[in-house]
Amino acid sequence: MDAQSAGPAAGVPIGIAGVAKSYRTARGGEVEALAEINLAIAAGEFVSVVGPSGCGKSTLMMLISGLIPATSGMITVGSRPVKGAVGNVAIVFQRDVLLDWRTVLANVLLPVEIKKLDPVVHRQKARDLLRSVGLAEFEDKYPGELSGGMRQRVAICRALVQDPGLLLMDEPFGALDALTREQMNLDLQRMWLRDRNTVLFITHSIEEAVLLSDRVVVMSSRPGRVADIVVNDLPRPRGAHTRSEPRFVEHVERIRRHFLALGVLSET
Amino acid sequence: MTTLAAAPPSSPTRITAWIGRNGPVLAIVAIIFAAWEAAVVALRVPDYILPSPSAIAAKIAGSWQLLMVNAFVTLEEILLGFALSVAVAIPLAIAVVYSRIFERVAFPFMVSLQTIPKVALAPILVMWLGYGIMPKVMVAFLISFFPIVINSVIGMRSAEKEMIYLVQSMGASELTTFLKIRLPKALPSIFGGLKVGMGQAVVGATVGEFIAAERGLGYLQLISQVRLDTPLLFAAVVVLSALGVLLFNAVVLVERIALPWSRVATEIAE
Repeated sequence: MDAQSAGPAAGVPIGIAGVAKSYRTARGGEVEALAEINLAIAAGEFVSVVGPSGCGKSTLMMLISGLIPATSGMITVGSRPVKGAVGNVAIVFQRDVLLDWRTVLANVLLPVEIKKLDPVVHRQKARDLLRSVGLAEFEDKYPGELSGGMRQRVAICRALVQDPGLLLMDEPFGALDALTREQMNLDLQRMWLRDRNTVLFITHSIEEAVLLSDRVVVMSSRPGRVADIVVNDLPRPRGAHTRSEPRFVEHVERIRRHFLALGVLSET
Repeated sequence: MTTLAAAPPSSPTRITAWIGRNGPVLAIVAIIFAAWEAAVVALRVPDYILPSPSAIAAKIAGSWQLLMVNAFVTLEEILLGFALSVAVAIPLAIAVVYSRIFERVAFPFMVSLQTIPKVALAPILVMWLGYGIMPKVMVAFLISFFPIVINSVIGMRSAEKEMIYLVQSMGASELTTFLKIRLPKALPSIFGGLKVGMGQAVVGATVGEFIAAERGLGYLQLISQVRLDTPLLFAAVVVLSALGVLLFNAVVLVERIALPWSRVATEIAE
């Protein structure tokens, strides 16, 4: 067991140096998905990535997870370079991909089984996590009995039960209604303030990105590049009150201007 | 919990609910039988053309032992054919999902074989395998095999790519991914194939008996036809149908026990 599973989880730093990714198409051509990304993320930092569809946000996430290899460049998670699946990383997708045949608790315990972690300790941890998102009474229910927001909460618990040094989230709240989404943002912030995992959060929503992040990475498309990085030191915990602060509005406007310049947004 | 878990329904309400669900169907069946009975009596239709439902019932009661002896023969053929189908189809489905050669060569080959009417192979199988139980088992196998393979393949391919990424990110091996994701995810689809396959196995065994047999319900039908014993012919049909319904529901029962979560999902969908 490493030191992390004992105390509160601590995030790990991420290094992305000169990373590019191109795909070979069926016709033999090449499509450049990402061109030369350089980004350093501090341990325990919450970084969002926003950008138009097809800018390679999700590709970047998959590269960091080690599930697909980069064409060039180097990625480090913690101090180790990424080669193949990284043990210290947990992923939350837009689709919750809960296993319908397992109860809520058994779903949360899936990584514990696969990684062969201590079952007794993690069972308690899974219960605590479910309670902290208001799902204590649903432990023995099947996912088919839960609403979309509840399902995504279970998926987040499933990611956090592993005490990941890095949490990768690919538009995790994209499929939820606006109200549930706002609640999920606050829940996520609360859990992050408690655990301080490093988080890479991909979203389409500029406001969501600004609300949650220490820094927002703005990407341009085809091939994906970093267009801007907005540093956001608004005080935490943030909430509904944060949205009316001048600096919040300023950050949102700055990112929106990028999207206007990129032609993703148009005011005419 | 208490607010969510409904109290177990007492038996009178269950019976009422059952009648409420199945009442219309039962009523229609009763009307058909009554009309049939009345028509046969009123028009003085001879028994060897169309026996009345009561005559068929009397025949079933009178020839109970004969019908059961033959039903067990047919049942044995169906179950052996079906078991053979499952034993071959599921490993083959796994091979198709995991092996390129099976996917590109064996699978298209099987699909093209599917277009051959298996019933047409029955005389050949009799020629090769004789008059015993084997040719019937083989026809039942051939005819029930395909729906099980195709549904298993579809099921094992149905896991979302995110689901696979997710367990891979946890360091799961291919075997773990299969056991924890692909197989359980495929089970509803596999059971769909098993239900169709069981029905097909009944057809296969009966047709096998039509071609050449010395025992079995299909054989009993042939004999009754030759002897113009139409009530016995109908009685054999009734027993064969009951057998089919029974076997189908046996698969449904196993499915319900094996997949409690699936029932939850369908109940909510309803």
